[in-house]
Order: sequence, then structure tokens, then C-alpha cells
Amino acid sequence: MRKNKIFSRKTLAVPYAVFLILFVVIPLFLIVAYAFTDENGMLTLSNFSTFFSGGHNINTLMFSIFIGMLNTAICLLLGYPAAFFLAKKGMGFGKATVLLFVMPMWINFVLRTAATRDLLFWMGISGGEHPYLATMIGMVYNYLPFVILPLYTTMTKMDISLIEASYDLGANKVQTFFKTILPMTMPGVVSASTMVFMPTMSSYVISDVMGERKISLIGNSIQLYFDQGLWHIGSLVALIMLVIIAFGSLCTDSAPEEEVRGGLW
Amino acid sequence: MKKNFSLTDFLCKFYVYILLFVMYAPILLLIAFSFTNTKIIGNWDGFSMHLYRTLFRDKEIMQAFYNTFLVAISSAVVSTILGTLGAIGIFYSKKRTKAIMEGIGNIPVMNAEIVTALSLTILFVFFGVQFNFITLLVGHVVLTIPFVVLSVRPKLMQMDPNIYEAALDLGATPAKALRSIVLPEIMPGVFSGFILSVTLSLDDYIITAFTRDTAFQTLSTYVYGVTSKKGTLPPSLRALTTVITLIALVILIIVNVNSKEKKSDEKI
Repeated sequence: MRKNKIFSRKTLAVPYAVFLILFVVIPLFLIVAYAFTDENGMLTLSNFSTFFSGGHNINTLMFSIFIGMLNTAICLLLGYPAAFFLAKKGMGFGKATVLLFVMPMWINFVLRTAATRDLLFWMGISGGEHPYLATMIGMVYNYLPFVILPLYTTMTKMDISLIEASYDLGANKVQTFFKTILPMTMPGVVSASTMVFMPTMSSYVISDVMGERKISLIGNSIQLYFDQGLWHIGSLVALIMLVIIAFGSLCTDSAPEEEVRGGLW
Repeated sequence: MKKNFSLTDFLCKFYVYILLFVMYAPILLLIAFSFTNTKIIGNWDGFSMHLYRTLFRDKEIMQAFYNTFLVAISSAVVSTILGTLGAIGIFYSKKRTKAIMEGIGNIPVMNAEIVTALSLTILFVFFGVQFNFITLLVGHVVLTIPFVVLSVRPKLMQMDPNIYEAALDLGATPAKALRSIVLPEIMPGVFSGFILSVTLSLDDYIITAFTRDTAFQTLSTYVYGVTSKKGTLPPSLRALTTVITLIALVILIIVNVNSKEKKSDEKI
């Protein structure tokens, strides 16, 4: 070891650590603190009773979870075969085609959603008359790229010899899919799901723009409390979402993020 | 190349192209109708660049356009510097510190954006901070910094640790060794972290909406403002869609060419 360590490489992380404490850790503690206090800073559970009374908010929460699951399922069903064909050798799809699937991510999110609404309007499906259908279409449009990218990344790393072995050992196509291909691509399915489920139930933009404000998701509730300056009850809703996220990430034990999200570059 | 025609291959290709077409349909529709001067999509009224003229003369949109890039570039610069230094520091830290820092650093990635946005808002309200450009900048840095760290970390792991030691043995100061040995090694990761930050920031709505000064409009907040009032997009925003799609396409091509060059470098 060198003696004169005036400069240590570790100290380079100090500004980052300070930033994390100030803008990630403290805000989360504030959310918890606000959820359990009232306007005067007194400890209270009244936010809970306000939130859970009447059943309206619970309905919204359940509905958001349902929409989140439905969207995840549709995106996986549409995206899985697409990612599979893109990754399959001999199909002739280059990386450029994959990038084409991802490019909508770079067109402004709100503008993209508004464009989808205009298309539906032009086709005669207006958000005012069919808020649920329009919202679901908007959700699928927005989150499909987020499903295809992680699935494609895991599929290109798939060991093809195992699939061949499965055929050699007499398995048919269906058996091979469920016993070798699906288990091998499971990490991609899991990370794709986490990238769709939570953002779907918490985003209020798509339901607002597509459903013309006739549909309320849990994100809409938070946004409403934000608009009215009701920080304490808003924090409670955020805390409930945090619990769901924490629970979800414990269950999935997610795949390394850099593999999935950084995979493009 | 296979010569025999296979129906399954054809169907697979067909599926992929149909899906792509459906995904691009809204954007293509807006682009097509940006070249005609009509209020309603579907009523083609002859080729015209009128919407582009109105777009570029619209001060509000141009200001929002400028603001969007200002926030994206400045937050990406801050994120890249803080995040790269952070990733290097964490990499050379003890195991426990490393685990804790990586865990906390990943929170904004796992967290719902609206929860991050609300938590920051409450922080600023609690400490009585006025919402201004700096609060917005902080919001975007929180959003993007994990991705810089995640892009740089694999490059650090791939690096041969002995070259740094060798540089010190040859008389380089640690700062000099970091600058001329470590930094060039991790540069591709730093670059992709920067690009990722810019694109995430450009696309963001929720954090922007929560942490900005309400007079400060970015494209996201501007478009949200006008779409939630009217039935369809104002015509000049169709021209804007074309412009943004073109920009995205250019970025895509640059990145694609860049990564191809990197690959051919590796072969040598």
C-alpha cells in the first residue's frame, strides 16, 4: 500500500453520495413522514381513513392494478413473438429493425400519445365515447417498445444448442417452447414486466389524453392531490405505491438492469 | 441465403412488419398531414408547407423547444459528471459501502416516476424552495443519473486493474493515472450514459410537470397543455412531429454508425 493517500479514488463518489442522500433518501423519508402526519405536523392516521373511506380510492387502486396487468399481458403477447423473430438467425432482421422498434421511445412521449389519439379519432374511435378501449390502445402503443427491447436482449443470448437438443430428444414444438425456450427467456419476461406494469398503473398522462379524463388511475389521484396541494394524503398514496414496488422487486429479484436498459448502446 | 420459400418464415416476417407498421401509423399519419394546410386530419387540401411556417413562427413552441434541449443537455452534463465520478468511486469502495450505494442508486430506476416526482416536490415544499430552473434540473438529474452509473460500471469491470497500478509505479499521480488511464477505458460507457440521459430527459413529462416553475414550458408540458384542452392536436404540432421524428432518426443513425465503428475497432 502507498503511504501518502491524500487523494483517494473513493472520495470521487462523495458528491454522488451527497446527491443521493439529499434528493433520493431524504425525499423518501419525507414521503413516509408526511403520510403519517397532518398539516400541523401532528402524528395521525387520518390520511388513512380519508383515503380508505368511501371505497372510491380502493376501486381506483384495484382498477390500476388490473389495467397494469392487462397491459403487461397484451404487450408480452404481442412483443414476445416479435422479439423472438427479430432474434432468430436466418430471418434476416438486422439490428436496424430492432432499433426501428425502439425509435418511438425517442419521439416525445406526450406527442406520441396525442398522435395515437389523433389516429384513433381519424378511425372513428374517439376517447370520449370509448375511453377504456382508447386508453388500452394508448398504453400498448407506449409500452410495447419497452417489452421488445429486454426480450430481444435475452433472446440473442439464448443457447440454441439446447433447443436443438430438445428436438433431438423427441420433444415437439410446443414442449420445446414451454420446457426450454420460455424458461431461458424468463429473465427477459420478468424485466419486461417490471418495465411495463408499474409505469402503466402510475402514469396519468395516457389515461388523461386517451380517455379524455374519463378514466382515473392511481397516478391521476396523486396528480390531483398535487394540484390541490394536499401533500399529506398524496404522500400516503405514494407510500402505498412504494410498498407495491418494494413487494414487486422482492418477488422478481430483477435481472441486472444494465443488461436490459443499457443493452441498446 | 436459403432459396426454398418457407411459409413460416414469410409469416414471421409479415408479423414483424405489420407490427412495425401499426406502431408507426399514428406518427406517419401526422407526418403525412403536416404537408397540407387543413384543420382536420383526413381532409387533404393540396401540398403546402404552411404548417411548417406557422410552426417556426410560433414563439411559444420555439421557446418550449429551446427549453427542452436546455434542460436535456444541462441535466445530462451534470448527470454524466456526477455519475461517472460516482461510479469510479463506488467501484473502488469497500464491499458494504458499494452494496449500499448501488442499492440507493437504483431506487429511482425501480421507483414509479410519479412517486419520485412527488417526493422531490415535497422536499422542495418542506424546505421552502421556490420552483425554478434549478429544481427542474435536480429532478432530471435524479431521473437520469442511475443510467450513467449503470452504463459506466460494466466498463470499469472490464478494465484491467493492473494498468492503473502500473501507471502509479511509473510515477503518475493518482489523478493523472485516472485521467489518462481509467477515463479513456470507460469513455464508451460515459458516452452512452450521456446519450441515454439526453433521451430520457427529452422524453420526460411527469418529473418536469412536478418540479418546474409553472411558467417554464418544455415540449412535453406544452403539448400536454394544448391537447388536454382541445379535441385533436393543433395543426402546427403535426409539423413538429415531423421535425422531432427527423431528429430521432438522425440520432439513431449516428448511434448506429458509432456502434458499428466500435465493433470494427474491436476486431482489429
